[in-house]
Amino acid sequence: MSLEAAPLVRDWLGVAMDPSGDRAVIRTGKVDLGQRISTALIRIASEELTLPPDRITVAPVRTGTAPDEGITSGSNSVEQSGHALRCATATAREAAAALAAQDLGLDAARLTLQDGVFSAPGGANRIDLLPLIARLNPALAVNASLPASARRAHDARLAPRGLRAMVEGRYAFIQDLELPGMWHARVVRPPHALAHLTALDPEAVAAVEETGQRVIRDGSFLAVAGPAEWPVLRAAARLARGCDWDRGDGLPEGAPFARLDSDPAISLPVARGGKPEEGPLPPPLEGATHSLRFERPYTLHGSLGPSAALAVWEGDRLCLTTHSQGIYPLRESIADSLGLELAAVEITHHPAAGCYGHNGADDAAFEAALIARALPGTPVLLKWTREDEHAWEPAAPAMAIDVAARVEDGRITAWSGETRGDTHRGRPRPGPGRAGPQRLLANRFRADPMAPYSGQPNMNRHGGLHRNLDPIYDFDRRRLVKHLVPDGPVRSSALRCLGALANVWAIESLMDQIAGETGQDPIAFRLAHLDDPRAIAVLEGLRDGLGPAPEGRGIAYAQYKNAQTRCGVAVDLTVTDRAELRLDRIEMVADAGRIVDEDGLRAQLEGGALQGASWALYEEVRWDRDGMLTRDWDSYPVIRFDNIPRIAITLIDRPEDPSVGAGEASPPPTVAAIANAVHAATGLRLRRMPFTPDALQKAALED
Amino acid sequence: MGAGPALVSLTLNINGTDHTIQSDPDTPLIFVLRDELKLKGAKLGCGLEQCGCCAVLADGAVTLSCATPAAVFEGKAIVTIEGIGARPTGAAVQDAFVAASAAQCGYCTAGLVVAVTGLLEANPAPSRDQTAEALTPHLCRCGSHPRVFRAVEIAAATADG
Repeated sequence: MSLEAAPLVRDWLGVAMDPSGDRAVIRTGKVDLGQRISTALIRIASEELTLPPDRITVAPVRTGTAPDEGITSGSNSVEQSGHALRCATATAREAAAALAAQDLGLDAARLTLQDGVFSAPGGANRIDLLPLIARLNPALAVNASLPASARRAHDARLAPRGLRAMVEGRYAFIQDLELPGMWHARVVRPPHALAHLTALDPEAVAAVEETGQRVIRDGSFLAVAGPAEWPVLRAAARLARGCDWDRGDGLPEGAPFARLDSDPAISLPVARGGKPEEGPLPPPLEGATHSLRFERPYTLHGSLGPSAALAVWEGDRLCLTTHSQGIYPLRESIADSLGLELAAVEITHHPAAGCYGHNGADDAAFEAALIARALPGTPVLLKWTREDEHAWEPAAPAMAIDVAARVEDGRITAWSGETRGDTHRGRPRPGPGRAGPQRLLANRFRADPMAPYSGQPNMNRHGGLHRNLDPIYDFDRRRLVKHLVPDGPVRSSALRCLGALANVWAIESLMDQIAGETGQDPIAFRLAHLDDPRAIAVLEGLRDGLGPAPEGRGIAYAQYKNAQTRCGVAVDLTVTDRAELRLDRIEMVADAGRIVDEDGLRAQLEGGALQGASWALYEEVRWDRDGMLTRDWDSYPVIRFDNIPRIAITLIDRPEDPSVGAGEASPPPTVAAIANAVHAATGLRLRRMPFTPDALQKAALED
Repeated sequence: MGAGPALVSLTLNINGTDHTIQSDPDTPLIFVLRDELKLKGAKLGCGLEQCGCCAVLADGAVTLSCATPAAVFEGKAIVTIEGIGARPTGAAVQDAFVAASAAQCGYCTAGLVVAVTGLLEANPAPSRDQTAEALTPHLCRCGSHPRVFRAVEIAAATADG
């Protein structure tokens, strides 16, 4: 996919001639979100070019120069950008070897490449790689069939890019940018998403503008900008007191799960392999012996740094700095929103706090553009507040999953899975009906407001809602259905794992339930339904590494999208006498194919497990008719240092197999293993997240 | 510029140097650090003292800077992440965070380095539970907590050795 859009070697690789030493410059459309993709890409280039990592840099990810790789999402970056870069650098190396052979009058096969230098046998006739790469034909196309280098860089430890600067406070996040003459900005938010600004007190505006700050209004979109940050915050508070909002009927109240059954849905069968189809729904499962329903609430990305963006208009040209995961789709949607040519908008990625999916980044970028338009030539740094991020980021949609199975002689012979929820596709991607601009928050509030995006079904294999709905296990028959229930009460979009989190939790909970009821060991029961040798190796590895089971141990297994990293998880926990869950230990075995960056891979799996644990134990978006109730870290708690288990991860390296994405592999089986551990400890089958003390007590009463 | 709130003169001792500034007396310390003094290592995460990204040392105590007015810090010795490496324990903590790769996105990292330095200066050999208690005011959304625990162990082993 990446190579189709950017087929040339020079799209991916350049050379910076520098008196202190030439460096390879790699280009990518994928951006760093804390997941260390640039560190992984440097390792790949290092393997193929034999250069030490400090002679490889990553070019800024900017529209016009970076390859268009869509969105940094879906754990696809190593597979897409990494594969493209591996092929591009290998192609460059081979072509450079031919040039070297020509220069030296030798057969290319007799040259060896070491530390970026070609040499003939005996070490004579040395010639540097990078100047040769600089001479390559610019039209040289990437050869996608070259095998990966046998050289492995992962033994040599490579500190993650930027880590030293982070620990010294020198790493500049987008929130830290500073340009000469830069102004700060804040948005004054409506009480909720359906409110409209009917009047703004002129005295409030005058009080703010008297201090040299500017009030920017476009319909119900209201903001303030000024030269210093704290006075801007004060001005935003002053303006907020001067607003009259029409709240309409308020936000729709009521249980989000009941409406997933009652509201109009787009229902589609999902084929074996995870692809939705047009057509009639399959008949209900006959002879089901077990069935359970699982419910996951709206949950947040909860980036630690609220979203931000830096915008400046020079005439009709807009330059934006953003932490969006998709600079090219964002450019199209912003250009469309403002009636600009694409070429009039330049977008550069700059790192921010981890986002874990589509948080407020894109919305903040567009809002910064709107504010800066009123201040031509002045760079404007817009920061969202904590409350903005909690109340206005697009949440992961609430989901409800019904799973059922027919068990015969201790084996599952037929399976049914139906998954329901709103869209995971809230990113501002261009689409029919101006779907890109519709998905930018501010367009709902401007003087000529746009209706919010109404979700359309994702028809891709293992797309949003039906990601991992298809069980990985070997069942004779299966019926799978997705029900997209659009226009939910809370704006929704992509959060790490998308539908896989709840779908895997449902599948692995029912697997656990059936194993228990039929008196089978949970790992042995799964092994009996698997024929993939790599899955079997993961589960056997997990089994062999576990000591005696404490009371509260749960097991789960999943392979992300049934195609990426295989991950088996065991969780040991204790239920306190106040019905709190204390996480004691997590054991994990994972197979991500050929390992690129071992420490980065471990960090992703470990961090994913803890984020999954946080969603499972603590997190739920709540609201009433007057607005969101979860507006900070007290009303929306997440996991903290007082409940961190010991985590041990065993990696299975597969040097001959492709490297596959790992960033979203561990949360789903971790959530399921936690639920299964609660069942082991208490006999309670938890069927609604989060697993709070209240939820445990409620489950005990229902039991 | 027109009428803003009345400014007062404040003298703040930051990383060993006195800075005299004119400030709205309500301004939380973090805005003085970041906006006036361009010390941007401390991060604004919430403004509500709920996440710990903005931690500094004030007379050696780990203190959140996002909500308390700068005026309250007059007369105290403030150490920010920019000055933490000048303290032997701080430098050991920074090295330990690198050795343990104890960060993913890094947004919580400056606050955690300050907090761990404050912890180890007060208690050079904390138990895991003591570390957990000291760091519970700090959020990490990427899940680097196990590596931070490891970094504390490494720093504790090196800081006094």
